[in-house]
Amino acid sequence: MSNLPVWKSGVNLAVIAAFCTSLVALTWAFTAERIETNQQEWLERSLKPALAGLFFDSPVTESMITLQPPHELPGNETAVIYRVYAGVEPVAALFVISARDGYTGPIRILVGVAMDGTVTGVRVLEHRETPGLGDRIELTKSNWVLQFDGQSLKNPEASRWSIKSDGGDFDQLTGASITPRAIIKAIKKTLTYFEANRVSVFTASVNDENSASEEDD
Amino acid sequence: MSVGIMERFKSGLWHDNPGLVQLLGLCPLLAVTSTFVNGLGLGIATLAVLMTSNALVSAARRWIEPEIRVPIYVLIIASLVTCIELLFKAWLPDLDRSLGIFIPLIVTNCAIVARAEVFASRNPVGTSIIDGLVMGSGFALLLMAIGAFRELFGQGSLFARMDMLFGGEPVRGIVLAESGWLLLVLPPGAFFSLALAIATKNAIDKHREASRNAIARRAQTLNR
Repeated sequence: MSNLPVWKSGVNLAVIAAFCTSLVALTWAFTAERIETNQQEWLERSLKPALAGLFFDSPVTESMITLQPPHELPGNETAVIYRVYAGVEPVAALFVISARDGYTGPIRILVGVAMDGTVTGVRVLEHRETPGLGDRIELTKSNWVLQFDGQSLKNPEASRWSIKSDGGDFDQLTGASITPRAIIKAIKKTLTYFEANRVSVFTASVNDENSASEEDD
Repeated sequence: MSVGIMERFKSGLWHDNPGLVQLLGLCPLLAVTSTFVNGLGLGIATLAVLMTSNALVSAARRWIEPEIRVPIYVLIIASLVTCIELLFKAWLPDLDRSLGIFIPLIVTNCAIVARAEVFASRNPVGTSIIDGLVMGSGFALLLMAIGAFRELFGQGSLFARMDMLFGGEPVRGIVLAESGWLLLVLPPGAFFSLALAIATKNAIDKHREASRNAIARRAQTLNR
């Protein structure tokens, strides 16, 4: 082993660090645009199914508002609302919220609500539920999430928004009851929120955080 | 080293397989192999990192002072993994989402730093790239085998979601049964599957050695 002066090792390391950094910077410059488009595309693609059957002509992702916690929506993470318009008429709102009490951590779900308060679609975006049991909330695994389409707080009654074994109207998943319970509770809370804030959700401007959480009556 | 290329392939894929024999990089191996496509995706990513890191370490081996070689290896490997992650995000976004944290975690795969230390720092660029290729393929094939095994017996399907690699509509793959033995999909199943793979390899080796000995003995008696 040579007796290398410390400054020489430092220079050695610095040169290699500079080389590695430029390698990463180059790759980033080369891919940044594509990654951005991918994310937009993925978002639009994952939001669309929650709007099944509604007419709209605005790009969904351009009408986003975010609510920082604490807010009245489910979960204690940032909630996101996308407003959907046909021309200037609002037709629906899409909520990205977290069901807090899943079996393994929060479940990120997307809930679409039409102006009359009926659910237009529910999709699970992110979860860590048990494979084979709780993960049947994913549409690729089972049709469970489709049962919420067209439901509202009047149909069934608000008190019947729970799984059948709890005296409610919704199907459960064999072997997993905590997961469905958490999701149903979160959807119900979202619908309650929408009913209370139907107007302010659509009047809040895009960068105006928290304004949509104010009550309007 | 003057080993033939076939010998080197045999060593990477079988005798010195990074996962089966050296038992390196077990964290990603156990964590992502719940399906075939995940195993294949991480296998490809690891292979790419291993080849490029071997190439860079080998190219820079004359300038790397032995006292500070480990931080330099880590630096090179970490930047390469970041590059691969960006490339995955740009061209294979679905697979990237499915593999999640395990792409950045390739940095911690000891198989890569081990090859840099043991092989690339002492050999020319060409042979180092080939070493990366064989060791990486050995690791990737093991990931694919365990992924296929766990998917087949755990979920009753094979090659599901191959669209994450090749684009197009989500595919369900070859569905043989609606559900399987759940345990195999859960983390303990990963350990069982790896143990089974190692046991199978050892059994085959033993069998081969036994038959080789038998032939040798027969040759001896004939000569007598």
